[in-house]
Amino acid sequence: MNSSSTLRTMRPVLIFALIGVIFMFTAPYVLQLFTIINLTTAIALAVLALSLALVWGYGGILCFGQVAFFGLGAYAYTISAINFGGSTWAILVAILVASAFAALLGYFMFFGRVSDVYLGVITLTVTLIFFSLIRRTSGPEYKIGNALLGGFNGITSPPLNLPWNTGSFLFPEQVFYVAMAALILCYVFCGWLVTTHFGRVCVGIRENELRAELLGYDSRLYKLGIFTIAAGIAAIGGVLFCNGVGRITPDVFNLYNAALTIIWVIVGGRGTLIGPIAATFGLFYLTSALGGQTIFNNNLVLGIILIFFVLIVPKGIAPTIIDWYEARRKPKKRGRRRGSRRRMREGADA
Amino acid sequence: MSRRRDRRPVIVETRGLSMHFGGVRAVDQVDFTLYDNELRCLIGPNGAGKSTFFKCLTGQLVPTAGEIKIRGDETTGSEPHEVAGLGVGIKTQVPNVFDGLSVEENIWLSARRWHGARRASSLTTETVERLRLGDIRRDIVGRLAHGQRQWVELGMVVAAEPWLVLLDEPAAGMTHEETARTAELIREINERAAIIVVEHDMQFIRMISQQVTLFHEGRILMEDTMEAISADKRAREVYLGSQA
Repeated sequence: MNSSSTLRTMRPVLIFALIGVIFMFTAPYVLQLFTIINLTTAIALAVLALSLALVWGYGGILCFGQVAFFGLGAYAYTISAINFGGSTWAILVAILVASAFAALLGYFMFFGRVSDVYLGVITLTVTLIFFSLIRRTSGPEYKIGNALLGGFNGITSPPLNLPWNTGSFLFPEQVFYVAMAALILCYVFCGWLVTTHFGRVCVGIRENELRAELLGYDSRLYKLGIFTIAAGIAAIGGVLFCNGVGRITPDVFNLYNAALTIIWVIVGGRGTLIGPIAATFGLFYLTSALGGQTIFNNNLVLGIILIFFVLIVPKGIAPTIIDWYEARRKPKKRGRRRGSRRRMREGADA
Repeated sequence: MSRRRDRRPVIVETRGLSMHFGGVRAVDQVDFTLYDNELRCLIGPNGAGKSTFFKCLTGQLVPTAGEIKIRGDETTGSEPHEVAGLGVGIKTQVPNVFDGLSVEENIWLSARRWHGARRASSLTTETVERLRLGDIRRDIVGRLAHGQRQWVELGMVVAAEPWLVLLDEPAAGMTHEETARTAELIREINERAAIIVVEHDMQFIRMISQQVTLFHEGRILMEDTMEAISADKRAREVYLGSQA
């Protein structure tokens, strides 16, 4: 694909990215600091949702434990930032640790030809193992370098600092800028990745693995690749998360969070990137709003929303909007569908 | 079994190839040779073992015993992508296509496996025109009719520009007209590649066949021209008896 057609396919991605940039620079002037700090956490979760949108929506790999790489990234960041006395290299370590672990786990799953359902089971189990394991590390003997693991209390995460000055920590507002910039960059990166040869082969494997193999593509390598990349992105989310919250606890690995990630992608829509991001923000604010009242049980409402989407809007928000938009645009001319097909592909890439 | 001396290079060779499922010997000690530029049809009644034999060649099944060589490379027990990676184009019995993607995207994914971005795009356009898929090139393959899906799969085989083509029932579910066009296309492909076709449709085989291999109970019963096989008493008994 040449550069001009790449740009054309990526147009919706770039438009959403631009909206993000505008939001990034206006929000701190409009919103209160408390809201901005809350938003940072939501952004971190949106990065996590984006990573699952990539690996599940495009790679077709139902990773029930995407949150494991998110949490692993947060822990790796916190532990190495404490030991290094600075955050810059710690971010890199976080991404590398999560990706390396994903590559190792993925190697056994994909080269062992584990079937789809068991993939979900294995990734979820690994997440819950992390949960149980780290919860039991409260004693003073559990430490890595200078960092005490802290069991179920977790560890206080050192805030981000300027790369050239380890003494100057970022203010919450500045962390918001970093988080928003990271989300936008990750989004554009994923949007670009799915237009590349690699990304298109991954989509092909999602559609029909045997056919991809019969064309001469080693599906195991492609799956391993997208799984590893998505883990790295989830780790970036983890770094942002422990910065937004200020600490990281083993609760990040629990079943509730693992399931919540899946819900974001189902509600937002598989096969799109912007859908799960939007759904994360929406559900995050809904949960916050519900937290302020005591009439309805929080989880009950989330459960009802999930059931509603699975039954009534099974494709999720974004694909449903795209379909509706498509249907409105060409109600009469069914014969000439060339242009609209391309728009549909573009829409699906957003 | 008639075996002629042939000086052309050997493309596919199996020695003592066997595939057993429990006690069933689906393919039993098959010695098979395909020469360069040859167009070979594999025929036989249901359960004769031709599809199992085909799946062994494409790497979808790992044979119980024996060996397969494709242009000198040992491929016994290879993964399908390794067989395809040698430059072998494969079409399976049940159409294997990328259902959620457009016709063009399907063919592009095949062309791009072997060529750079620019060449892959032009090759995709060429293939779409050659297979007369122009009107539906942006349509989602999953919504097409069965015959069209078969053609998309053939398009993927053609776009890879293979030197060996393995086709399992390429004309299944096609109309007479589509079958004739498929036969024409297969003869075209044969100008540049050796081909093995597994087929049921006798009329279709008469349209394309040069040499035919008749399978029966997991073994090769005979190997000859279609005319000779049609005239053979044994062959008529196992297969053609009811039809000819």
